Amino acid sequence: MVTDLTEARAWSAAASVLDPEVPALTVAELGILRSVSVEGDTATARLTPTYSGCPAVLAIELAVEAALREAGFDARIERVLSPAWTTDWITEDGREKLRAYGIAPPVKASGKAALFSEPTVACPRCGSSATTRVSEFGATACQAQYRCTACAEPFDYFKCL
Amino acid sequence: MATPLFTALLRLADDHLILGHRLSEWCGHAPMLEEDLALPNIALDLIGQARALYTYAGEVEGAGRDEDALAYGRHERGYVNALICETENGDFARTMYRQCVFAVFMGRFWEAAVTSSDPTLAAIAAKARKETAYHIRHSAEWVIRMGDGTDESTRRMRDAATYLAPYIGELFEADTVTDALSADGIWPDPPALQSGWIADMTPILDQALLPMPDLGFAHTGGRQGVHTEGMGYLLAELHYMQRAYPGLTW
Repeated sequence: MVTDLTEARAWSAAASVLDPEVPALTVAELGILRSVSVEGDTATARLTPTYSGCPAVLAIELAVEAALREAGFDARIERVLSPAWTTDWITEDGREKLRAYGIAPPVKASGKAALFSEPTVACPRCGSSATTRVSEFGATACQAQYRCTACAEPFDYFKCL
Repeated sequence: MATPLFTALLRLADDHLILGHRLSEWCGHAPMLEEDLALPNIALDLIGQARALYTYAGEVEGAGRDEDALAYGRHERGYVNALICETENGDFARTMYRQCVFAVFMGRFWEAAVTSSDPTLAAIAAKARKETAYHIRHSAEWVIRMGDGTDESTRRMRDAATYLAPYIGELFEADTVTDALSADGIWPDPPALQSGWIADMTPILDQALLPMPDLGFAHTGGRQGVHTEGMGYLLAELHYMQRAYPGLTW
């Protein structure tokens, strides 16, 4: 019999997995763990990729599978494409953790306007809005490179998608 | 006999794999560190989009071919990408002009495909559209910066535009494959994307002080598997691992 408690246990096992490329965040805080359901002994976790080409997808799926097994379930992973992931799904906690980690969180409200207009990005170190974009692309698919003109620190910005 | 949907998916997947591979050739050779990161990042997006398209093409075909079988298991004549995707990188200006042409085209394509009657294509499009928005912005900035730059950068960007102009028209080519699919609302009708492409390119080219290319003459043949000389060299590298160690995984 599946109880809400069992499902909650499966969720928290899956949700505890950290993103290997941004290890400050869990997959739940990142918003890529869409749901976990339990049927019999099998827990099914539905995950969505951040970017189509995100090289961490497989590593994340394997880690979630391992976490569910560790919690005593037979694990199944489903990759879902729709609806497409957006940075708006990063939780408030997640945004705060990103900032503490030194990555400026994405500007809210994705969509065409946000993608094309130049966002005002606050420096995660000193909080100043006097920042300039160095490059649209950074160390991972989801980041851009910025520099703070107030404290002179370069930093990564988790770009809006 | 391949269905129109399989053929169309394969064409689009090949566009993305082959252009993604071309961009990856810049890794370690770009003119500055930021571009050394940007170009492989864009390549990664394109190859990721190709993976989703190949996987779906394999399902549509129903013959048990997965993304790897489709990406690595065909001969040159089996690849059906548009020729512009395989053109050699040339200099940085040519790579950026090519990228801008293709990204602006894909921006219009994905936007139309989001409302496809095929839910899987619509889902891939919804995701890819957002990624493509960054590719457009990145490449357009370079086209403008170099087109309206120094004597040297202007000369290079003008040469790039002249060289690539005859490869653009093939993107808007229609045939029985696309006709069948667009009639059912599955696939955007390529010729119908041309006016949007021109509308999006106009402000970019105006700022770059470049003329709108003449789309009247187009090299074609890519969709039938007839390629340029550079394609064989590209595939030799792309295929190397799977030819040397068939079925290799890691």
